[in-house]
Amino acid sequence: MDVFVCVKQVMARDAAVRVDSGGTWVREDGVAYEMNEPDTYALEEALRLKERHGGQVVAVTAGPARAASTLREALAKGADRAIHIEDDRLAQADTHVTASALAAAIGRESHDIILTGLQSDDLGYGQTGVIVAELLGLPHATIIMEIDASGGRLRCKRELEAGWFQTVTLPQPALLTIQSGINKVRYATLMGIKRARRKPVRRYSLDDLGVGPVPRQNVVRLYQPQQSKQTQFLTGSSREVAEKLVGKLRFEARVL
Amino acid sequence: MSVLVVSEQQGGAWHRMTFEALAAGQFASRAMGCPLAVAVVGSGVDALAAELARKRASEIVALDHPLLATYSADAHVAALRRAIEHVRPRLVLFPHTYQVRDLAPKLAASIGAAFVSDLVGMRFEDGAPVFVRQMFQGKLHADVVASGDPPHLASVQAGAYRADSVLDGQSDAPVRKLDVALSRDEIASDSQPPYQDAKDAVDLTAAKIIVSVGRGIREPGNIPQARELARAIGGELAASRPICDSGWLPLDRQIGSSGQTVSPDLYLALGISGAIQHVVGMKGAKTIVAVNKDSGAPIFEIADYGVVADLFDIVPQLIKALGDSD
Ligand SMILES: Cc1cc2nc3c(=O)[nH]c(=O)nc-3n(C[C@H](O)[C@H](O)[C@H](O)COP(=O)(O)OP(=O)(O)OC[C@H]3O[C@@H](n4cnc5c(N)ncnc54)[C@H](O)[C@@H]3O)c2cc1C
Ligand SMILES: Nc1ncnc2c1ncn2[C@@H]1O[C@H](COP(=O)(O)O)[C@@H](O)[C@H]1O
Repeated sequence: MDVFVCVKQVMARDAAVRVDSGGTWVREDGVAYEMNEPDTYALEEALRLKERHGGQVVAVTAGPARAASTLREALAKGADRAIHIEDDRLAQADTHVTASALAAAIGRESHDIILTGLQSDDLGYGQTGVIVAELLGLPHATIIMEIDASGGRLRCKRELEAGWFQTVTLPQPALLTIQSGINKVRYATLMGIKRARRKPVRRYSLDDLGVGPVPRQNVVRLYQPQQSKQTQFLTGSSREVAEKLVGKLRFEARVL
Repeated sequence: MSVLVVSEQQGGAWHRMTFEALAAGQFASRAMGCPLAVAVVGSGVDALAAELARKRASEIVALDHPLLATYSADAHVAALRRAIEHVRPRLVLFPHTYQVRDLAPKLAASIGAAFVSDLVGMRFEDGAPVFVRQMFQGKLHADVVASGDPPHLASVQAGAYRADSVLDGQSDAPVRKLDVALSRDEIASDSQPPYQDAKDAVDLTAAKIIVSVGRGIREPGNIPQARELARAIGGELAASRPICDSGWLPLDRQIGSSGQTVSPDLYLALGISGAIQHVVGMKGAKTIVAVNKDSGAPIFEIADYGVVADLFDIVPQLIKALGDSD
């Protein structure tokens, strides 16, 4: 079974987001990067599919040179090889450009299952996986909480709203977007990190794949949101803040 | 040129966000000075179409077929492509539901159009929409412009427009039934009926006070501190999704779009960032208190009282203050 998993490198969760001087992107100096958290669940699910059914796991990313470290992490956790579509413009590319690049690279190889995360922590389109499926002419299912690939058709548990689920079956090859929390992700072992150095990484440019970087949506301004409610911020020592808060809740909001 | 709103229903019952998208659509059609069409998709949708016809709109487009009775991306995308051919909209608006996450990117890609997802607002400059959406987990907002030939597709975040602002029409809008040609073998996936894993054991909807913990609580060993605060303040303990995913609290204590929706008198959010999927489950609370060490956390956009601090400094003092003044 050939399993492809799309992993994106994003700013670390606790990094300070500061709008840059151009006003359409964030400052990247002094920022730490990590694998998009939802994609860690997709990667884990890919590794488990391989453990159950054999075959290979290929990690794919579209991003600038720094994204290589995220591919190394995927290789260290157990992916067999990686594909890096490398271009500086991919850091801020819209979902159409990114999906076109991913689909072009994956489409060159034989694939049974393609996994993505649900949403990227930075751009947050929540679309890239579904677009990849459409561009490759594959069926898809989204927000998946369980995969059974033991039969001819894939059997998936799809999350619905407010605590409901449904079973969806679909033929292979197919693309699934994975919901966070589907599994417990593994850590890379020392041995895994060592082995990763010898695993192959294939590099493409957008030109190699014949993908034009023409976006369908553009950020024209990026800014701090405005408060929609008047928030009273309480300050002082922890003790003062606690006492003020209890007083406010009792006598101002009257909820205690 | 017109605006098309795509409604969502299941088994004859509306998804409540349909009317928020309709409010956005009425706003957009006024701003753009163009007609508004509303699409309803399903099997046996006459009554639903008639209900929509009473709203202020220029046309209701009904896509009715037995194979549209349950959702599949293939059939619904085919039906909506038919609606788009008929209406020729400049802008297509959806509610940002799970179903729309599944179908709208496919629809957009299949017709070579842009889909601007999960918008929190819209502005119009020279009659063209500028979409506002969250980026970086809600820490920043972005003004986004779609390019390429129309239509441009966009989905509206829960709570961004008010369902109760939808206007009724002076007379009923005409209902236009469109033929959709569909056959079973065009539909790759097969969807079974919805089910719940376990009936909610804890019903948090009746709680007057809720103390809710997020990832700021750091490890399961710290949950008892929050439980002690809940006890001291006379409330129930709840959590954001990652806490329940990790098994630190049972799933039936999860608040948000995939958990429970609550509206207590007091919601105390400890170390919760305020992602929209959490916020939709608790923004109806009368009073919201947020304790978070990051002053830029989106939770402060909706908090009545905010404390920018380490929750581990505040929680023990709160327990003490509650005890002292009893
Ligand atoms: C389809 C879908 C459905 C979802 N459904 C839900 C749902 O039903 N419910 C839900 O909650 N989420 C849901 N999510 C997930 C949601 O998007 C967020 O990822 C999640 O709500 C984040 O949880 P959090 O705020 O606890 O964690 P984080 O976003 O990691 O935030 C932790 C916060 O704690 C603060 N913090 C850290 N340490 C401290 C400290 N010592 N003191 C004070 N503050 C501290 C940080 O500044 C940060 O703001 C869903 C997502 C998707 C895509
Ligand atoms: N640049 C990228 N490289 C690899 N995978 C990506 C990239 N962008 C998005 N993805 C995948 O698509 C999912 C959804 O991303 P998005 O549509 O940006 O919210 C992510 O969770 C990733 O699995």
